[in-house]
Amino acid sequence: MSSTASRTNTFGVVPPRPALSLDHLGFAIAVLIGVALFAAPFATYRATRIASGEARLLIEALPIAMAAALVLVALGVAIGAVLVRDPLSRLGSAVIGLAVLLPSLGLSAGYLTPADNTFARVSPSLGFWLLSLAFSLLAVDALARMRLGPYGRLTALAVGVSALALLLLSGIWDDLSILREYYTRADSFWREARQHLLLASGSMAAACLLGVPLGIVSHRLRTLRIAVMQGLSIVQTVPSIALFGLLMAPLGAIAASVPLAAALGIKGIGAAPAFIALFLYALLPIVANTIAGLSQVPSAVVDAARGMGMSARQRLVDVEMPLALPVILAGIRIVLVQNFGLATVAALIGGGGFGTFVFQGIGQTAIDLVLLGAIPTVALSFAASIVLDALVDLSKGTPA
Amino acid sequence: MTPASFVRLTALLVLAAFIAMPQVFAFLFEPLIAPGAPAIYNQGSLLVLTLQHLRTVCLATMVSTVLAVALGIFVTRPAGAEFLPLSRSLVNIGQTFPPIAVLAIAVPLVGFGEKPTFIALFLYGLLPIFENTLTGLTQVPSPTLEAARGMGMNARQRLVQVELPLALPVILAGIRLSVIISLGTATIGSTVAAKGLGEVIIAGLQSNNIAFVLQGGLVVALLAVLIHDGLVLVERVAARRLGGSLNEVS
Repeated sequence: MSSTASRTNTFGVVPPRPALSLDHLGFAIAVLIGVALFAAPFATYRATRIASGEARLLIEALPIAMAAALVLVALGVAIGAVLVRDPLSRLGSAVIGLAVLLPSLGLSAGYLTPADNTFARVSPSLGFWLLSLAFSLLAVDALARMRLGPYGRLTALAVGVSALALLLLSGIWDDLSILREYYTRADSFWREARQHLLLASGSMAAACLLGVPLGIVSHRLRTLRIAVMQGLSIVQTVPSIALFGLLMAPLGAIAASVPLAAALGIKGIGAAPAFIALFLYALLPIVANTIAGLSQVPSAVVDAARGMGMSARQRLVDVEMPLALPVILAGIRIVLVQNFGLATVAALIGGGGFGTFVFQGIGQTAIDLVLLGAIPTVALSFAASIVLDALVDLSKGTPA
Repeated sequence: MTPASFVRLTALLVLAAFIAMPQVFAFLFEPLIAPGAPAIYNQGSLLVLTLQHLRTVCLATMVSTVLAVALGIFVTRPAGAEFLPLSRSLVNIGQTFPPIAVLAIAVPLVGFGEKPTFIALFLYGLLPIFENTLTGLTQVPSPTLEAARGMGMNARQRLVQVELPLALPVILAGIRLSVIISLGTATIGSTVAAKGLGEVIIAGLQSNNIAFVLQGGLVVALLAVLIHDGLVLVERVAARRLGGSLNEVS
């Protein structure tokens, strides 16, 4: 039996395949590209910020030569996706596709906007979104199959972030609707960005300061562990906006009766209830993962440390905590991703953050404003999850 | 009756009484409000809002469950195996999208009201159920599958009689997660004019009526905690029945 005769995986026997064969996923991606190119509008043109949009097909949205070039590149990626299985070539073709598609959106905005017209808005439409979805799916699939190590994933993230920064700084997207929204409120954008980061990471830091010691003590005391875990999982179950609401009444009362609290900026509405709510939500993953991390330290290792004459303090700091670190970091990853998302809701009670734009956008039915708040939030969560996943892997690799 | 279940039963009764006859509890909220302002939400019936809230969550969860379980089954069969690595990555990426972003992006596409809320609940609800279906189906021990194959079961029988029952507790845990997330997202749905309990909180925030905010928050919080506990109970029953049937076989 030759080594290529059959490979088994958890789902049974996978028959051997010739190098050139129809790939199901590649076929689906090719269909997506076909629909995006020929059956969906590429961009939407609006005479003013809130006017209703008019669809523009790819052929109308770009000068003819550029439209043809984009079609050719996209078809090339589609054919490659169907026929080529090698992940590296697939990643390469997806990157080329994106490298042509993303700048051409900006060019299309410049092409569609009449000269000197500052009211007209051009935004990406279904065709653009489907094309970027198809190329991204191809890239994500290739990256998943390449099983990159932590440094590889961090490098991929750095390349992606740099490419995005280059697109934004080069000014090629400046005519796009979402960037026009940004330019009219650049100051408040960065103010809310700072507030968002402060809320999400500050509450996480506070939760670590309390949560890790609480986890260490709970790991030793069974009764405390049960009480703490039950209490925290009830908190986790309460929907965010309800918890914000429940915190407003007591904080308002404290501010009214304790002048010092009021002087420190604690009041029923604003950042204080948002910060406390995020902190409470963050406690459960941190405490639970600290307990889980400590419980998985083999008792033989702890015994050996005791036999070497280490004190309880030394055992905790030098042996148990380093071994529990990957699990604790995994908890921090959950918290950070969760906090970046939840901080969006803080805007509802005046806590600021990117949610401010999302809720303003909903109120004005201005999708670009919604996206101006939503895209950075998603990007932050996404980047945080990749960085912390890599840190978890790296902390597993370091000898304790 | 254990103290915990006594607390739960009391909480359920208090919640039911409050939703049905909120005026009876008005005295509790009166100290919180400015003189002359209403102490109890007066722009709609709490009972109707609760039912609408639960209906949206139920419908969305049912649709997500059907689709997520079907997709989970598909990518763990040989025919769909090519989609497995991608679908795992997509679930990870999807979870970095905050529900409010999904909700807000759906509004311009389908307009205000129930529709964007339903879409956000449905899409966001897919992720935990799909993830747990994958976990449940891939952790079925391969000796068990071999044994089923050896007994002459075909792929369909193995799926229905062996794999799905063994994965059921994990899938149910995914449905519970999905329901709890949906209860919260449906509350935020009130910012896009969906009918639900979020209305009470939003109305309180807009009219600066802390009593509205507090009662809306309490009802939503109690509802979520009780539904969570109820679903945990269902999971325990399912796991016990599974354990029972396994014992009978062995």
